[in-house]
Amino acid sequence: MDVTFSVNGERVRLDVEPRHTLADTLREDCGLTGTHLGCEHGVCGACTILVDGEPVRACLMFAVQADGSSITTVEGLAGEDGQLHPLQEAFVAHHGLQCGFCTPGMLLSALHLLDTDPDPGRTKIREEMSGNICRCTGYQGIVDAVDAAAAALRAEEPGDLGS
Amino acid sequence: MKCAPFDYVRAATVDDVVTALADADGDGKILAGGQSLVPILALRMARPAVLVDVNRIPGLGGVRPDGAGDGAAVHVGALTRHSALAAQSHHPLLAEAARWIGHTAIRSRGTAGGSIAHADPSAELPVVAVGTGAVVTVSGPGRNRSVSADELFAGALMTSLGEDEMIIGIRFPVPQRWGFAEFARRHGDFALVTAVVAEIGGTVRIALGGVGSVPVRAAAGEQVLATGGTAAEAAAAASAELRPTADMHGSAPFRQAIAAEMIRRALAQARIDR
Repeated sequence: MDVTFSVNGERVRLDVEPRHTLADTLREDCGLTGTHLGCEHGVCGACTILVDGEPVRACLMFAVQADGSSITTVEGLAGEDGQLHPLQEAFVAHHGLQCGFCTPGMLLSALHLLDTDPDPGRTKIREEMSGNICRCTGYQGIVDAVDAAAAALRAEEPGDLGS
Repeated sequence: MKCAPFDYVRAATVDDVVTALADADGDGKILAGGQSLVPILALRMARPAVLVDVNRIPGLGGVRPDGAGDGAAVHVGALTRHSALAAQSHHPLLAEAARWIGHTAIRSRGTAGGSIAHADPSAELPVVAVGTGAVVTVSGPGRNRSVSADELFAGALMTSLGEDEMIIGIRFPVPQRWGFAEFARRHGDFALVTAVVAEIGGTVRIALGGVGSVPVRAAAGEQVLATGGTAAEAAAAASAELRPTADMHGSAPFRQAIAAEMIRRALAQARIDR
């Protein structure tokens, strides 16, 4: 079945089998292996991506359902010059990852959180990140990283104060 | 962990769904948010021949007031996502219940109609449906019908829906006072016990999830309140009549104790405490 969607701003047209999840299609057909598959049944959050700006478990959506959507994966975070996104910088600086398996999902969940709430605070960060499981860090570093990235992004864009 | 092959039908109208389900002859499933169905397919606990995707049917999402005063209710379209349910202000009890469903990435996909149709005994929306006396609108071949939440839930993951029927909306009465309490090991986990308290037309209703195969009304507890008993007495009476099943998550007495406490908290939140 033909599907067309955009991934990180690039238009993709594919012929996919209906049973292929969006996660498998991104990895195998688009070559974007940054989206990781842990549990493959919606529990671990490793495959979290953004579809039309909303966080989605890519293992719980079929690629055919994404026809016409705009998708953001971890590959879309860094700038074209390779400059890491402030969230990625913060994860490095604050030991937000060890093995890195959960990190793409963590980053996309955090990206959505900071898109919707620039100043969430640690309690809300914990609550919002609770859908992503990490077996290395003990979460402390992840919460630190998201908190620091929120501050960095606020400093970068000090709100619309008029020009 | 990969689904078995299936034929994919993208429905444009409710009629398309009913036709596709009838054509599938009992081997078709509706795909809405997919947050319960896709795991089941991935684990191969089910392998339907046809999946009918209802996500693109226009007009099936959204929450709107339906009736006022004592008869106040909201109509929730079947495709309303949990995130939208959590964000609306017409039905605060539904908004609170929706916030307890899974995690953000689950709530952005999962739908009200899907949750009701899936009939998980530990899910939040079925308990609210029974607690408020919701009525579900169902579309089938050549007709629409209404079915009360009590009559809809037939067992764990089972409803009285026909194989060629689809839920298109749910009407939830708006309670004058309400309370919602849930106990889960971690936020977002399946609930061990969910308690909903809803005062509708002067009657206090108590519903519980996670204590049986379907959400149940706590008749003994409601009776205690109706005859002037205290919240603590109502919680004790409601809990005493439960016969929960023990499993790896808790023994029967543990679940009864948790149920009593959840009822007490929900009643306190509703400010029903004499």
